[in-house]
Amino acid sequence: MDNTMESESKIPEKRVDYLNVDHSLKSWLLTTDHKRIALLYLISITLFFFIGGIFAVMIRLELLTPSGNLVQAETYNRLFTMHGMMMIFFFLIPSIPAVLGNFLVPVMIGARDLAFPRLNLLSWYIFIIGGALAISAAVSGGVDTGWTFYTPYSSTYSNSHVIVMGLGIFIAGFSSILTGLNFMVTIHTMRAPGLTWFRLPLFIWAHYATSIIQILGTPVLAITIALVALERAFHVGIFDPALGGDPLLFQHLFWFYSHPAVYIMILPSLGVVSELIACFTRKRIFGYKVVAYSSIAIAVLGFLVWGHHMFVSGMSTYASLVFSILSFLVAVPSAIKVFNWTATLYKGSIVYDTPILYAFGFIGLFTMGGLTGLFLATLAIDVHVTDTYFVVAHFHYIMVGGALMGYLGGIHYWWPKITGRLYPEGWSKLAALLVFVGFNLTFFPQFILGYMGMPRRYYHYPPEFQALNVLSSAGASVLGVGYLIPVIYLLWSIKYGPAAGPNPFNAKGLEWQTQSPPITQNFETTPVVTEEAYDYSGEEGATVARS
Amino acid sequence: MTIPVRREQPLPDRSAGLAHHFDDLEQQHAAGSLGMWLFLVTEILFFGGLFAAYAIYRWQYPAAFAVASHEADLVMGTINTIVLIGSSLTMALAVHYAQLGNRKAVVAFLILTMVLGVAFLGIKGAEYHHKYLDNHFPGPDFVFPGPYAQQAELFFIFYFIMTGLHALHMVIGIGLLSTVAVLAWRGCYSSEHFAPVELAGLYWHFVDVVWIFLFPLLYLIDRHK
Amino acid sequence: MSEHIVQKKTYFAIFLTLMVLTVTTVWVATIDLGPFNIVAALVIAACKATLVLLIFMHVRYSPRIIALCIFAGILWLALLIGLTLTDYLSRSWIASPPGL
Repeated sequence: MDNTMESESKIPEKRVDYLNVDHSLKSWLLTTDHKRIALLYLISITLFFFIGGIFAVMIRLELLTPSGNLVQAETYNRLFTMHGMMMIFFFLIPSIPAVLGNFLVPVMIGARDLAFPRLNLLSWYIFIIGGALAISAAVSGGVDTGWTFYTPYSSTYSNSHVIVMGLGIFIAGFSSILTGLNFMVTIHTMRAPGLTWFRLPLFIWAHYATSIIQILGTPVLAITIALVALERAFHVGIFDPALGGDPLLFQHLFWFYSHPAVYIMILPSLGVVSELIACFTRKRIFGYKVVAYSSIAIAVLGFLVWGHHMFVSGMSTYASLVFSILSFLVAVPSAIKVFNWTATLYKGSIVYDTPILYAFGFIGLFTMGGLTGLFLATLAIDVHVTDTYFVVAHFHYIMVGGALMGYLGGIHYWWPKITGRLYPEGWSKLAALLVFVGFNLTFFPQFILGYMGMPRRYYHYPPEFQALNVLSSAGASVLGVGYLIPVIYLLWSIKYGPAAGPNPFNAKGLEWQTQSPPITQNFETTPVVTEEAYDYSGEEGATVARS
Repeated sequence: MTIPVRREQPLPDRSAGLAHHFDDLEQQHAAGSLGMWLFLVTEILFFGGLFAAYAIYRWQYPAAFAVASHEADLVMGTINTIVLIGSSLTMALAVHYAQLGNRKAVVAFLILTMVLGVAFLGIKGAEYHHKYLDNHFPGPDFVFPGPYAQQAELFFIFYFIMTGLHALHMVIGIGLLSTVAVLAWRGCYSSEHFAPVELAGLYWHFVDVVWIFLFPLLYLIDRHK
Repeated sequence: MSEHIVQKKTYFAIFLTLMVLTVTTVWVATIDLGPFNIVAALVIAACKATLVLLIFMHVRYSPRIIALCIFAGILWLALLIGLTLTDYLSRSWIASPPGL
């Protein structure tokens, strides 16, 4: 590994990389380079994140006061629906796989690109088309069904743009399927010589497991949305009780995908955290094989638990019991990961750089989210807290405290590789702190609110809940600032940040064996792998040589 | 035969039709094949959602579904099954000749496959037309005498959506085959490089497999009554 | 690449078998087997599908990962239908408590 390429603070010599090889717009919009496609996704999903964030701002503003006085009830229905749909389908589901996965999967396995580069570009265009439809639905008034599209409201009675929005999500779903397909084929057929399955980075295992879910689950959502659209367009009663249709059948079909979807959102983040912990404790991940298998276990078991979203909707009690027990089971592999990370941290030489701060935040918040998930899996408790803010808090702990923190940690960790630049460490630590504090201020009060009985999706509430709601909205402001700051300094760093060098964190992994930013074909010559993953054993109490 | 492992260096003389990011045609073929099969797995789940919903409703309303199913044209359905399986035979032969590098036979059998596919769609169109004339199109104009009218409409919703989605896949398949046939005619394939023929064949056979299940489920309920 | 070239006569033999099975499934549907009619129909369809998969689609001569993928797809569909049915089949076993 050559660290002497250039001194870290000088402006790098004019050297060809995937960014500067061609500056034309056409070379970006018609690229088949997985790294450029990753950046196209990065820009797009950041846009959708801020759109979803604007809806969140409106929600938290309305909830500052007990009475519904900012917007009408019908408008509020559209706000929380659009917030959910934008965040889930157009930010979280793509996020790590489409950005970090697209960039890193080929590089981490020593390949020149993904298996199907043109399909990769098509995936992005499909995502953009779906997103454009979603935005057009939003600006024409949005949808008010909740992100869950429950029938018969969505299929018959709603007066909102269900079909357009549904079509947007349907189309974006194919982007997700094709990304998963591309990753799975790439990992199976294009690993470098010597890179056996159990030498792969855990990031790769996580994306493989995610791909399983994307391939097996998303098509069921697609057909379900299509059925709702058909029912709406042609006035045929597939889920209409008047014809003998069953609204619960919709829920079964919907949640068959939408529960595993949450594992699409968290598994890649779990993979990122493994990478961060290994690098910043200078240790091999404890129980590597178990952690690898646990990713697959989460993907498989995650398909068996969807009924826990339907405990109070009229599903049979016996089926509820079965789903409850299975939901307890799916928590086990996640817990195993947390235990293994903790064991890795023990007696590790920890370096407190920004990426691992996000990883620490992840571990704590994901654990809380996971534990409260067990409360919800308990039938007797769920009956009381379902459809309250307890559930809202639970899933935001996992998706924001978990998935989003992992995403931010990963963006920071691999930013030097992606851009060839270092970001300012002081600002990044501040932003991480604001995100952590803001997050807890926003969402912890919601556990209490839910437990006390405040329903979700309501725009007004009893006055005794106001104090906690105000706290939550205040926290959301802090959180918002915490998200804005990285946008600024990361953009700043592209032009003014010091050059990063090939391996600023002295990390193991093939991606750090090539220049930053990489050349278009990633490696000059195909690497040959002879070490196990995370082989930090050669160092003696080493610290990270941070430039 | 196992999935091939990467070589250390890309081979200096790269074969025609080899993409830049693959090391050799063997790797490219393995990737293409696995990719098409994974896509077909997504199709299993895509159609599968419809099969699942159908299964639930048929379990709930067995008598209504049986009565409604008798209105599906058994003769046309059986002929269509024979036609489609026949097209699978011609497709398999097209791939066979591609393996042997016989350009003209490949094109001939691809064309034959497409002709059978169009025949299938024609017969299906005639069926749909009869159903329309019988007022069996679900929606405000649906008419079905007897006590099972509402659940019969449910049956016909599934009949049209499932066969309609299948027909849409056939149309796409015919488009795919015509593209491959044109490229084959132009001599783009050889006995070393014929993956597009094989992959198009996989898609076509899969559409046949879907029909193999649709036929008994939609046309053959309680035909002894 | 499937190096193995299947003989033409094998394809024709499979085609004839599929024709026989098609005729069989139509004939069985005209006989009253009660609840076993659906079982017979699905079993025959599965046999036909298996023949198409193994021989026409060359799964018999392909890497084992392909068969694993197909098996996973079928298994997942079975999970969807099966677990959903556990709800419907057991709804009558116990009356839900009031308020649920």
